[in-house]
Amino acid sequence: MDIETFFQNQNNKKQLKILTCGSVDDGKSTLIGRLLFDSKNIYSDQLSQTKIESEKYGTQGKQIDLALLIDGLQAEREQGITIDVAYRYFETEKCKFIIADTPGHEEYTRNMVTGASNSDVGIILVDATKGILDQTKRHTFILSLLGIENIIVSVNKMDLINYDEKKFKDIIASFKNFAREFNFNLRKFIPISALVGDNVFQKNTNISWYNGKSLIEELEEISLKEPLEEEIFSLPIQFVNRLSSEFRGYSGTITSGKIKVNDEVHVFSSKERIKIIKILTPKGESDFAVKGQAVTLTLDKEVDISRGDLLCSIKNNNYFLSDQFASHIIWMNKEQMIPERNYIFKFINFQTIGKITDLVHKININSFEKIASKFLNLNEIGYTKVALNKNTIFNPYKYNKKLGSFVIIDQFNNQTVGAGVIEHELRRASNISWHQMSINKNLRSSINGQKPCVLWFTGLSGSGKSTIANIIEQKLHKLGKHTYLLDGDNVRHGLNKDLGFTNVDRVENIRRISEVSRLMVDAGLITIVSFISPFKSERKMARALVESDEFIEIYVDTSIEECEKRDPKGLYKKARSGKLKNFTGIDSNYEIPSSPEIILETKIKSAEELADEVILYLKQYNKI
Amino acid sequence: MKLSHIDKLESESIHIIREVASEFVNPVMLYSIGKDSSVMLHLAQKAFYPSKIPFKLMHIDTTWKFKEMIKFRDDIAKKYDLDLLVHINQEGVRNNINPISSGSKIHTDIMKTQSLIQALDKYKFDAAFGGARRDEEKSRAKERIFSFRDKKHRWDPKNQKPELWNLFNTKIDQGESVRVFPLSNWTEIDIWQYIYQENIPLVPLYFSKIRPIISRNDMIIMVDDDRLKIKENEKIEQKKVRFRTLGCYPLTAAVESDATTVEEIIIELLESKYSERQGRLIDNDQIGSMEKKKQEGYF
Repeated sequence: MDIETFFQNQNNKKQLKILTCGSVDDGKSTLIGRLLFDSKNIYSDQLSQTKIESEKYGTQGKQIDLALLIDGLQAEREQGITIDVAYRYFETEKCKFIIADTPGHEEYTRNMVTGASNSDVGIILVDATKGILDQTKRHTFILSLLGIENIIVSVNKMDLINYDEKKFKDIIASFKNFAREFNFNLRKFIPISALVGDNVFQKNTNISWYNGKSLIEELEEISLKEPLEEEIFSLPIQFVNRLSSEFRGYSGTITSGKIKVNDEVHVFSSKERIKIIKILTPKGESDFAVKGQAVTLTLDKEVDISRGDLLCSIKNNNYFLSDQFASHIIWMNKEQMIPERNYIFKFINFQTIGKITDLVHKININSFEKIASKFLNLNEIGYTKVALNKNTIFNPYKYNKKLGSFVIIDQFNNQTVGAGVIEHELRRASNISWHQMSINKNLRSSINGQKPCVLWFTGLSGSGKSTIANIIEQKLHKLGKHTYLLDGDNVRHGLNKDLGFTNVDRVENIRRISEVSRLMVDAGLITIVSFISPFKSERKMARALVESDEFIEIYVDTSIEECEKRDPKGLYKKARSGKLKNFTGIDSNYEIPSSPEIILETKIKSAEELADEVILYLKQYNKI
Repeated sequence: MKLSHIDKLESESIHIIREVASEFVNPVMLYSIGKDSSVMLHLAQKAFYPSKIPFKLMHIDTTWKFKEMIKFRDDIAKKYDLDLLVHINQEGVRNNINPISSGSKIHTDIMKTQSLIQALDKYKFDAAFGGARRDEEKSRAKERIFSFRDKKHRWDPKNQKPELWNLFNTKIDQGESVRVFPLSNWTEIDIWQYIYQENIPLVPLYFSKIRPIISRNDMIIMVDDDRLKIKENEKIEQKKVRFRTLGCYPLTAAVESDATTVEEIIIELLESKYSERQGRLIDNDQIGSMEKKKQEGYF
C-alpha cells in the first residue's frame, strides 16, 4: 500500500468516542478486550504479557483473560474489578474509536459520568443471566441526562443462556418499559457474547434468530450530527494573544457554528459589534473556521475582550449573561452538598464563587421519582437553582454542551465535588436593586467615634467564647461604644429556633447570623458574635459579607480535653453518653481556623486578660 | 467542512496548552527530545502563533542520552529561539549513578524521577506538560489530562479528580502542581501521521542507519561512547538499526530496520507486531512497575 492512500484512508475515517457501561461483572472489560483483540489492535508482546498475567490473576482458567488487557492499575488486577475510567484506542477500516471504560460499582458512578461527558455513543451492557439491574437504569438515566444521543443495548453472556431468544426479548421488553421516557436519537439491541466473540465483530450462527448487525457494524454506521447551516457561531475566549506588541489576537475553540473572514459578530457581554479580519487555524491562515477548531482571530478594532467573554453571531437565541440558572447537578464527593454553602463554579472559560440556593428535588435514579431533600450525597443527582457572585455567559446544555456545563470545586481542598448541566436561566436578582439611603454606615458610626466591625468568636462549646465576649462588651460599653452581642444559645431561642444541629441546619444557622451581623455593621455597631461556627466555609461566607477590614476572626483556643473537663452546661457528658447527637468535637467536626486575626489561648491567660488583648487590637486598628 | 480525526486531536491539544497558559502562573513544558515531545512542541508553537511560546521548556538530562539527542536539542532550541532549561541531578553525578553499574531502577529513580522533582522544586513550576499518551501503557490509560501532584510530586491513582467535558480543575495550593498531558488521546500511528503531514523535524536516531551495536540480554544496544564497557562474550557489530523510542542509550534497545524515512517507518509500524515501549528496559522490572514509578513522581 502506498503511504498517501493510507493517509487518505486515515483522514476519511471518522472519530467515534464510545462509552461502555453496565453493572459489575457484566463483562465490560472483556468486551473492550474483545474489540481490541478482534480489530487486531493488540501487539503480540502485550498479548504474551496478558497470557502471563492471566495465569496469575485470570478468571478464565487456562484461557486468556481479555479483561486483563484493560484493567490497567495493579490494584484492579489483584481485586479483579475496574476502579477508574480507562481510555483505549482501536480502529477499523472505517472508524477510529476512543473507548472510555467506566466502572459499574455504584460508588464509582462519578467516573461513569466523567466518561459519558465526552462520549458520542453509549454501549449499555446487560448480563443475560441477570437481566435489567438498578445499575442499568442508573446508567441509562445518566446517558440521557448528559445528552448522549445514541445508545446500543448489548445483552452479553448469551452463551450462558444457550442463546435463548425469548430471554433476550424479555430483557429488551423490560428495558423499553423503564426507558420509555428517555429520548435517544438511536437505540439498538444486540445479543452478544464478549467472551466467545458472538456478534461483536462477527455475526454468529449460534444466534440464527437474530437478523440485525453486529456491534461493530452498528457503531460504524452511526453518523454524528453535523452542525446545521444556520447554527449560531460561538467562540468562548480562552486566551488573549498579545504576547508581542505588534499582534493582538483572540484565541479559543469554536463551540458551535462557523466563521468567515469579514463576518460581523459581537462581543456578548458588551454587545459591541466587530468584524473578523484574520482567522488563524491550526492549519495556518484561513478564510473560514468551523466548530471544534482551536483558532486565533484578529478583529477590525481594539475592543475590551478578556478570558470569560464570548464572541458570537449577532442573532442568537438562548444565550445568557446571568448570575442565576436552574441545573441538574451530579454530586461526586463524600462530603455532602449543602445549599447556601459557597463553592467555586467552573465554566468553559470562567470561574466564580457561587452557591446552590435551592435543591428543588433529588432524583431516585432507579425509579426516576422526584424526592424532596435538603442535601445531595455522593452519586446523587438533583435539580437545583444556582446563584453566582458574578455573571457568566451560558447556553443551555441541550443546545450547546460546552457552554451549558460546569464543574463544582471545593474552595478549601480543591476537589472536584460536582458537575452540572444548565437547563435554563433564572431571572430574579436583576429585578431587585439596592435602595440607596441618605444616612450610611460611616455617618452612623462616626457619632460614637468608632468604626463598625464584627468580632467573630469561634471555638468549641465550653471554650470560653461567651465569657470573654461578655467582658469585652462591658469594657466597650464603659468606653462609650455602641455594641451588640449575638450569642449562639440566645439566638437559637428566637431567630433560629426552627433549626437543629445537623450540618445543613448549622450552615443555615450561621448564614442567618452572618446576615444579621452585616446589618448591624451597617448600623454602625461593633458586633460581637459568639458561635461555635465549626466550618471554615461558613466563616468565610460571613467574612465575605462585610468589608475585608471589618471582619475580625477570634479563635478561642481551648483543647477538647479542657472543654470536656470544664463542661459548664453538662453537654459533653450528654454527648458522650449518646444522648446528644451531632455535638461538635464529639461526633461532628470542628475545623480550626487557618489564619484568624486573633488567637486567644485560655490555658495561659484569664478571661479578663484575653478581653484586654482584644480591646488593644481594636485600638491598634483604629476601630475605637 | 469535516474535521478529520487528526484535526480534532490537534485542536484538542492546542486547547489544553492554551488553558494551561491562561490558568497557571509558572508552567513549563518537559521536553524529552523524542518524537512525542517534538509533536508537543510543534502544537505549542501553533497555539500561540505568531507569538512565541509564553513559557519555558525543560530537559531533564541524565547525562546518558544519545549524543545525537543532545545535539538535536541544542539545534532546535537555537532554531526556534526557545527558552530552554537543562537540569542535571548533580548529586547523582557526584555519586556516579549510571545505568550500567547502578542498574536501570536506581539510575531512573535518581537521574530522572528525583532530578525532575529537584528541578520542579527549584524553579517552582506549578504546571508541567508531558508528552505521554494513554495508548502507551496500561496505567497511563487511566491518568487524567490534568493530573494532580501533591507537594511531594506524588500521583495518587485512587484519588484522581473527575475530569468532565473539557473543564479542567486547575485549583491547587502553594507547592502543589499538575502534570498536563496534551497528547493523551493520540496513538502512536497518529503521532507518525502528524509528523509526516506537518514535516516535524526528528532526531536522526529514529531513522535506520548503520550503527555500532552489541547484543545484550536479547536487546540491541548501541555503543554511543566508551562508557559502555564491552564484556568478553560481546562484540561490536555494525548493523542497520533504528530506535522506536529514545532514552538513556544503555537502556534503549534498537530494532533492526531498513526504514530511513517517516513513510517507511509508518509502513514498518503497520506491519509490526511489537508495541513501542518494549524497547525500553525500565517497564518490565516488575509487574506494575510503571504505575509504581508514576506514584513516586516519574512522568
